[in-house]
Amino acid sequence: MDLSYGEAYEAFRKEVQAFLAENWPPRAEAAELPRKDQVDRFRDRAVDAGYLARSIPRKYGGSEQPPDALRASVIGEEFRKLRAPMDPVGLGVGLLVPTLLERGTDWQKEKFIRPTLRGHIRWCQGYSEPGSGSDLASLQTKGELAGDEWVINGQKIWTSGAQIADYCFCLVRTEPEQPKHAGISYMLIDMHQPGVEVRPLRQMTGHSGFNEVFFTDARTPKDWIVGERGEGWLVSRTTLKHERSGLMNVGQATGQLPALVKLARRSLRDGRPAVEDPEVRQKLAEIEGYMKANEYALYYRATRGRKGRDAGRIQLMAKLIRSEITQEVAKLAMELIGDDGLLAGGGELGMRERPSDNRGWVSSYMGSLGGAIAAGSSNIQRNVIGERGLGLPRDWAAQRSK
Amino acid sequence: MDFDISEEQELLQATVRQLAGNECPLTRVREIFDGDSGHDPELWKSLVEVGLGGTAIPEEFGGAGLELLDLALVAECLGSAAVPGPFLGHSLAGLAVLFAGSEEQKKSWLPRLAMGDALGTVAFAEEGSGWQPNEWTLRANGTLRGTKQHVPYGSLADLIVVGTADGGLVLVETAADGVQSEPVDGADRTRRLDHVSFDGASCEALPAGPQASGRVRDAGLILLSADAYGGAARSLEMAVEYAKTRQQFGVTIGHFQAIKHQLANMAIEVDPVRFLVWYAAHAFDHVPDESERTAALTKAHATSVFMQTARDSVEVHGGIGYTWECDVQILFKRAMFDRAFLGAPRVHRERAAVLGGW
Ligand SMILES: Cc1cc2nc3c(=O)[nH]c(=O)nc-3n(C[C@H](O)[C@H](O)[C@H](O)COP(=O)(O)OP(=O)(O)OC[C@H]3O[C@@H](n4cnc5c(N)ncnc54)[C@H](O)[C@@H]3O)c2cc1C
Repeated sequence: MDLSYGEAYEAFRKEVQAFLAENWPPRAEAAELPRKDQVDRFRDRAVDAGYLARSIPRKYGGSEQPPDALRASVIGEEFRKLRAPMDPVGLGVGLLVPTLLERGTDWQKEKFIRPTLRGHIRWCQGYSEPGSGSDLASLQTKGELAGDEWVINGQKIWTSGAQIADYCFCLVRTEPEQPKHAGISYMLIDMHQPGVEVRPLRQMTGHSGFNEVFFTDARTPKDWIVGERGEGWLVSRTTLKHERSGLMNVGQATGQLPALVKLARRSLRDGRPAVEDPEVRQKLAEIEGYMKANEYALYYRATRGRKGRDAGRIQLMAKLIRSEITQEVAKLAMELIGDDGLLAGGGELGMRERPSDNRGWVSSYMGSLGGAIAAGSSNIQRNVIGERGLGLPRDWAAQRSK
Repeated sequence: MDFDISEEQELLQATVRQLAGNECPLTRVREIFDGDSGHDPELWKSLVEVGLGGTAIPEEFGGAGLELLDLALVAECLGSAAVPGPFLGHSLAGLAVLFAGSEEQKKSWLPRLAMGDALGTVAFAEEGSGWQPNEWTLRANGTLRGTKQHVPYGSLADLIVVGTADGGLVLVETAADGVQSEPVDGADRTRRLDHVSFDGASCEALPAGPQASGRVRDAGLILLSADAYGGAARSLEMAVEYAKTRQQFGVTIGHFQAIKHQLANMAIEVDPVRFLVWYAAHAFDHVPDESERTAALTKAHATSVFMQTARDSVEVHGGIGYTWECDVQILFKRAMFDRAFLGAPRVHRERAAVLGGW
């Protein structure tokens, strides 16, 4: 057991720092460029240097580095210090690209991966429908082949980012005569066309992050299917696998603690800083116990991953654990902010953001529920852990519904 | 960066598991649990024979020369098999002599402890006071007067390491005059306790006691945490097995989603604790700045998880779970021990808060 970064990594850190000193923030003539061009230029160089798009082959615009969670976290630490552009956050890089790499054709990879990595095109995930959430395979949006094109009709819902997306990776029923899982295809659809209508939905936070998407004779070329016809369910499982692991990231688990302690220091209880209150101290230390346990579980997973060894059922647990901890943090924060718990939230927080004021904590109080529902609800996670992790029998309902 | 145990450590755990499986299956645990002394000299001998009397004692003193992490990995396996006996107190007595003793004291006691020729234990808690070194009040000056509570196997031990005022540590040989023990009617019958009173018993100070007693306590917190992880994992496993075999309404109860989710909730609590215990032990061995605080957080967390998991496991077992016959109750009682011994979770969470500068 050795938890130090070690000399090799510290040398690597120096390299990254030197690279950043030269390239970010942009200087001289680069400083005059529009922001978008500055970011492009920087990303190109960072990819050349092997710092971004690390898991992506060179020929598709990546830097093709061997997997190394430690290097990745050194890069993350240094880039964040200077607010340098990282790989774009979002479903494109997180879900679509890994799926294309595993199941896409050569031309699909050529066409879509590079611009996605550079943040030039954005994606949304068209899975959920009004009648199909946890039981996703019951989805009804249908695609019919007409000549060289698929004609798509139906409705998606809760589609995050559809209002700004250029394309949608979408599950569509193309083989209606097949049993439910076997009748679905994984389709890529251009969002900028007359047959696609996006209507924003207002979330409980007051923001409109997700949408309804209506397809009315929307069209997509015949070969914009990833995997074979009717294989979409399996292809989407590849995506979900990435989604679940994408949600976890060493350090994210404990990252919430300093912000919470800070809040406890500046909040008052009976006229004294809340951090002096025995009940608050107990709760903080209890939460830290959970966070630490999971932080080290993630280090273990990263170590096993690097050695190519299976980490066991703990891998199935990351999403549920993270939503549970995040909710505990949010609940304690709500206790701490006192009367500010009467206020409306202060705007949606990004994945990597921490609340900086009390209204931010109100947002995270609500937002932590979104995390527990999206990408497989907590109950569905419990089913997965129970069935695949502990070897318990499958649910009757799921067994019966073919 | 390599956060995993080594092949040697995996082997060590396999050896201890196998030994526990052979020498101390649950049927044997139960006999000892129901017996008078809570101790099986034959079983203890077999543990000592493979080196478990001195896992973390240097080779020059007859030990295996390993680290606290290794000792914690052993404790995990013993916890998982609910192995009864004096392992905890004996291990801590050895570490106390090692950390605080003079060369002479080490030479005189460590080989005997490591080989199992002498049985050691520790006496920390006092009535109306606490388990922590700064709470100890007994005064020692060549002789010792006063009572210590909850001393593991105090009546069987040859050597007791006693915590004294100002965090000191002294050695008392129980063969000496003026040492008397009275058994405690404890819940955990796999780890028996005595109240031990000293009435002018002669004692010998460990010179570095005041500097080392905190570390001995921290080692204890980590060993209890490791035991707790082992016990929690076993309680979960028993519940899962039961859910796969017990039938109601024509199916095994694991078909019921309420049971499945209860088990999944137990699993997400239990599984990560393993890595926290590793880290706490690693910090004890190699990260001095984090060692004390991590031990406190870990003890609070691991033993709380064990207690709750044991409760849930009883519930999953239904009526049989509530009986003396059901093995889960043995783990439940061990959870009670791990939770309270050396201070309840509340105590260590508050210590972690103080140590964290909160
Ligand atoms: C913030 C946010 C962003 C989202 N973004 C997207 C997106 O970009 N693209 C997309 O396609 N979808 C997205 N979703 C949708 C999300 O994937 C679904 O909401 C989720 O899968 C649950 O489906 P549902 O809402 O239909 O709830 P339902 O499936 O109706 O579930 C309702 C309740 O029943 C429980 N339940 C259902 N089935 C079972 C079962 N078998 N056993 C036990 N309990 C069960 C659930 O746990 C839940 O508590 C998003 C959701 C949120 C909240």
